[in-house]
This record gives sequence, C-alpha cells and structure tokens, in this order.
Amino acid sequence: MAILTFNEATCKGCKLCIDACPKDILDLELSRVNAKGYNPVKCNASAACTACGICARVCPDSVIKVERGV
Amino acid sequence: MSEANTTAKRGSVVGVSPAEWRGLGQHPILMKGNEAIAEAAIQAGCKAFFGYPITPQNEVPEYMSAHMERRAQETGGAQGGVFVQAESEVAAINMCYGAAATGARVMTSSSSPGMALKQEGISYMSGADLPVFMVNVSRCGPGLGGILPAQGDYFMATRGGGNGDYRTPVYAPAYIQEAADLTFHAFDVAEKYRTPVMMLIDGMLGQMMEPVEIKPRPPIAADKSWCTDGDTSNRKPRVINSLSLLGDVLEQQNIERFQKYAQIERECVLVENTVQEGDEIAIVAYGVPARIAQNAIEELAAKGIRAGLVRPITLWPFPYDTFQQLPASVKNILVIELSMGQMVEDVKLGVNGTRPVHFHGRSGGMVFEPAEIADKVREIISTSSKGDL
Amino acid sequence: MAAKIIYEKSRGLTDASFHYCPGCSHGTIHKLVAESLVELDILERTISIAPVGCAVLAYNYFNCDGIQAAHGRAPAVATGVKRVQPDKIVFAYQGDGDLASIGTAEIIHAAHRGENITVIFVNNAIYGMTGGQMAPTTLINQKTTTSPYGRFEETTGKPLLVSEMMATIPGATYIERVSVHDHAHILRAKRAIKKAFEYQVAGKGFAMIEILAACPIGWGLSPVDSMAFIKDAMVPYYPLGLYCDRAAQGGAQ
Repeated sequence: MAILTFNEATCKGCKLCIDACPKDILDLELSRVNAKGYNPVKCNASAACTACGICARVCPDSVIKVERGV
Repeated sequence: MSEANTTAKRGSVVGVSPAEWRGLGQHPILMKGNEAIAEAAIQAGCKAFFGYPITPQNEVPEYMSAHMERRAQETGGAQGGVFVQAESEVAAINMCYGAAATGARVMTSSSSPGMALKQEGISYMSGADLPVFMVNVSRCGPGLGGILPAQGDYFMATRGGGNGDYRTPVYAPAYIQEAADLTFHAFDVAEKYRTPVMMLIDGMLGQMMEPVEIKPRPPIAADKSWCTDGDTSNRKPRVINSLSLLGDVLEQQNIERFQKYAQIERECVLVENTVQEGDEIAIVAYGVPARIAQNAIEELAAKGIRAGLVRPITLWPFPYDTFQQLPASVKNILVIELSMGQMVEDVKLGVNGTRPVHFHGRSGGMVFEPAEIADKVREIISTSSKGDL
Repeated sequence: MAAKIIYEKSRGLTDASFHYCPGCSHGTIHKLVAESLVELDILERTISIAPVGCAVLAYNYFNCDGIQAAHGRAPAVATGVKRVQPDKIVFAYQGDGDLASIGTAEIIHAAHRGENITVIFVNNAIYGMTGGQMAPTTLINQKTTTSPYGRFEETTGKPLLVSEMMATIPGATYIERVSVHDHAHILRAKRAIKKAFEYQVAGKGFAMIEILAACPIGWGLSPVDSMAFIKDAMVPYYPLGLYCDRAAQGGAQ
C-alpha cells in the first residue's frame, strides 16, 4: 500500500501534481487554506495510489513524501 | 631631504614609519614600481591574481603570469598560486570576489578606466565584507584619456567609487620601496578589517625603476571563520552575499560597517609631515608629486623661504588631524595635485578655515617642475593671496 | 510495517520554504541539483553561486556553502572559487537575463577557459524577478512588460540560442538542453544535471545544462498551462538534446 504525506504548509496549490497524477486521485482541499493562503493538495482515494512518485517529482516545492509499504 | 616628522605611528598596524619605508635594505635591486608591487604581493602571501591588460599597469599581470604558478611549484605552495587573465576588469574583480569568499589572499590591478569598471565588484565586496588588494596605476582622464601620470581618480578611490555607502582604505606611496612595503601592509589591513584596499599610484611610479628590497614578513593572522570554503562536513553552511531586503537589517549592517570604518580612521591613518616651527607655508601633495614638492622645498630653502611638506600616505582615511597640528608659523597651505583639484577638498576639511588653502594643479598628463611649485609659493607669499578658506 | 521511501525532500535542500511563485520551475530545478549533489556524495564539499534574478536567494535553499554574485557574473565568481579551491564542487545557477544578457561575456569566457565548473542555466524566456520584462530568450510575438505588443524580430532580433552558441566554444566540455515540463522530461533533466556534476568530479571541464522552465506569473498562465507552453511553444524553437560532449569524444579541444 502507498503512504502519501503532504507538507501542507509549503503547498502553493499550483496543481502540477494533480495534472500529473496517472490515477487522477489528487485534488485541492477547497474547504481551507494554509498559512501561505493557498488551498493545499489532498488525496481523494489513497487506496488507489500506486506510489509511483510522479506527483512528488513534479512538485516544485517538495510537498509530497511517497512511501510504499513492503 | 629633511628627516620625517611623522604622525604615522599612532595608526600603524605594522609599526614602521614612512622614513623606514623609504630606507633601503641591505640588498637592494633595481625594479620597476609595478614589478616591485607584484613581487611584494607574492611574498605577502597572495594566492590568486585576476587581471586584465591596460596600460600603464601591464607589468603587474605580466609579472604575476610569470611568477605565481612557477613560485607555487618552486616553494611547494608556500608562495604563489593562481594567475588568471580575465575577459574584462568586471570579470577580474568578480573572480576576486569568489576567491576572497573562500578565504584566499587575492589581488587585482588595473588603471583608471578599468578601475571604473571594477566598481561593481568593489561595491559587492564591500557589501559582503571581503578583503582584496587592488592596485590602480592611474591614467589621465576622463574617458579613455591618456596613459600619462595623473591623480584624477582621487574621488573615485576615496569616496567608495561604486554604488552604496562604503569606503576603501587607499594607500598612495611616493617611493617604490614604500610601495613594496605598503603592499604587505595593505594585505594585512584588508584581512584584518575585511575590506577591499586600494593602492593608488600613477604611471610614473609604476614604470620608473628604483633600488628596492622586498622585505618579507609573515602575514598578520586574521579570522577566517566566515569564509565559504565549501567544507561543510563539520559545520553549518555559510553564505557570502551583499543582499539585504529588510530595511532595518540593512541599516544595521551599514551602521556596523561604518563602525568598522571609524576604527580604520582611528587606527590606519598614515602621513609624512615635515613641517617644522618657523615654516611659512605647508605644501600638501601625495605620490610622486610629493617628491617634486620636496625638490621645490629645497630650492626655496636655498633662497631662505621655509616650507614644509604634508604627504598623506593614506588618502582614506585622510590625515585631517595633521592640519590642526601645524605650527602657528604656517600662514598658508598650498595643495598640489595632478588633477583639477580633488584632494584639496579634504585639505580644506582638515584646515577647517584656520588658514588660506591655495591650489595648483596640472592635468592631462602634464607634470609640474620643482621651479613651477617654487614660483607658486613665492607668488602666494609675496602677494599675500587670500586663497580659499 | 516497514515502508520504502519512493520520494522525499532531499537533504541537499534546507528546511526553508521556497519563495518562488506557484508552479515556478526554479523549485523543481533546485530539487534536481540538490538530489544530484547528495547522490554523488559531494554536498559537503560544494559551493553554490547564486545569480541576480528570482534565484538570488538560492543560497537559502541549497544545503551547502553559498555565494551570491553580481548580475551575470556568477561564472567569474565560480572561476575565482574553483581556481583557489580546485577540490571543491562549484556550480553557478543562472537565469536567462543573468546568463544570456548581462553575463554573456562571463559565461562565454568561463567556457572558453574550460573552467571545471557546472552551470545550471534556467531559460524561462523572461525576466521574472523584475516583473516579466523581455529577455534575449523571449519568443517572437511573446508579450512581456517591455514587449507589450509582442516581441518583434525587426527591432529585437530572434531569441538567443544559448546552448547552440556555447557548443561552438572549443573549451566547453558538455552542453545539453533539457526541460522540466513533465515527469519524463524532469527525469531526463536530472540525468543531465547529475552527469554535469559527475564530469566536474572527474575534472572533465566546463559543463552547462540549459533547462527550459516555466514562469507562470510572468507569462500570465496557470502553472499547468505554462507546462503546455514549454512543450508547444518553447521546445519547437529550443530543441532539446545534447549539443556537445567533448569528454565522450576525448576531451575539450
């Protein structure tokens, strides 16, 4: 199983990870903003995540940590 | 030449007087001024030289190209180091910035238009508190001007020269031996106070030959705990920069830098002062013109007119106090410069209205004869010309 | 349960949060540089040279010693550092205003001398920090704050092809142009950056990696649309690929 950890404080809501996710399971959390004033990214369906790491690599701000359970 | 009566000792880091600087050692050899400065720099521990060709300073980079790397090989790295001919004066001073940031003793040299180009880097190095030794073998100007001797770079040298609030210590030797000795001194001052230091001479001193002895002495150990030498295996990363976006932070940095400058003003003033009680007039000159003035003083003495010489050796910090300490017999001050009048403004600040200040300057590379100065002195005394207060 | 880390923030970066705008490629490129330094185990002997431009504060982010250079002079500063610290790893990080406009002399001559340094050249076709003015790399008809009606070739020339130019310099060892507009290209960019540092470690000479990058705020596009702009507008004019590798061919001339 995949574990996604978001360092929400550094997210700028640029959506590059959302656009890049092959499973289409990322979205912005529109119900709140972080200290920078952005809607941070969230994962809608973590069970579907394959821990491919694409979202983390395209993120300019190193927001996402991706782990794969073994 | 009369014995130096100097106020230099109070400001001397090395503890030697100008009279000693002028004095030759046991084994003098004949060297051009530019070459003597270069050799002194190598023996003072200069590890990197970055320069660009421009007349009349070319002997400095030429000498460094011949000796820096070879000396490093011969001495196993104890002396010598890197020589790079940069693509421009701008690049050369920025190479100095990089090398100095790692803690190395670095040097560059140029001539007036090239020094103007270097001002970007000098401002950055001042803002980043980095040491560098710079030699300006100046030309006459403005613009491309000519290669003949001139002192029109006084303001550029003593007022910072580039953008922002900063000053650089400026040494103006009048003798090749003094230039060599001051080179050791200048490197120490640059490192002790973490500031660019300039030596300001002209093509006369740079190109002429005199007997000189390079008298090596070990560098004064300076704190290098600030340098970005890249080895972060046992410490936190460091930063060298001059950027400061917060007004209160930058203001505090400037205040602290000017506290450092105040310390330099207290500790580093060097001046030769031969004015004695009974002298009617003090002639103020720096660099080679001071030697011409000395000849004029001897001519005048033979005719019974008593004059003394004030020769600033540091142009910044300027020896303002010297002018408050002149004997009461001195009724007039004559400033001579190879310019339309620049140092004269500092002399007026020092004299502070206590005596008339007269000026005689030549420019364009024209150099006065001793008789021309003596005539000017006689004119001042005979007409009781008021001069400027 | 043990978990295998697929991706986490590189220790080559400090904890500081980037000041860059949302979607700005500087962050991505910083990551690739930092990861390369860590993977090659050279972070503890690296000195970064920051430019004037948006990356002027890069020294706050790279977890190594840093020096901030005057506008365009990073290659000269890097030269000074490398010559007196030849065993250290030195890289200049420059934008297109810095490298391709005010700093053309310095970049050309650092390559010309064959300085054993790495240059990270971020080409986003605009002056970002100063407010989106026209750069030498701005595309024809691209609107900026100093080409408000679009860049006209008649008066401002054609965009400067820096990698092509640099590859003609006999002293340059390795020149490659990459992009960071999608995941696959980010991986390729990483390989090029890492190779450039490997060359420096091996003493092979001057390397410059040109990276096509996005300036969403300066371009007036969303971050996602900016990546499409790189792909559809920049890459056709700025062909990606290897421009020279004189080490592979037996060394710089």
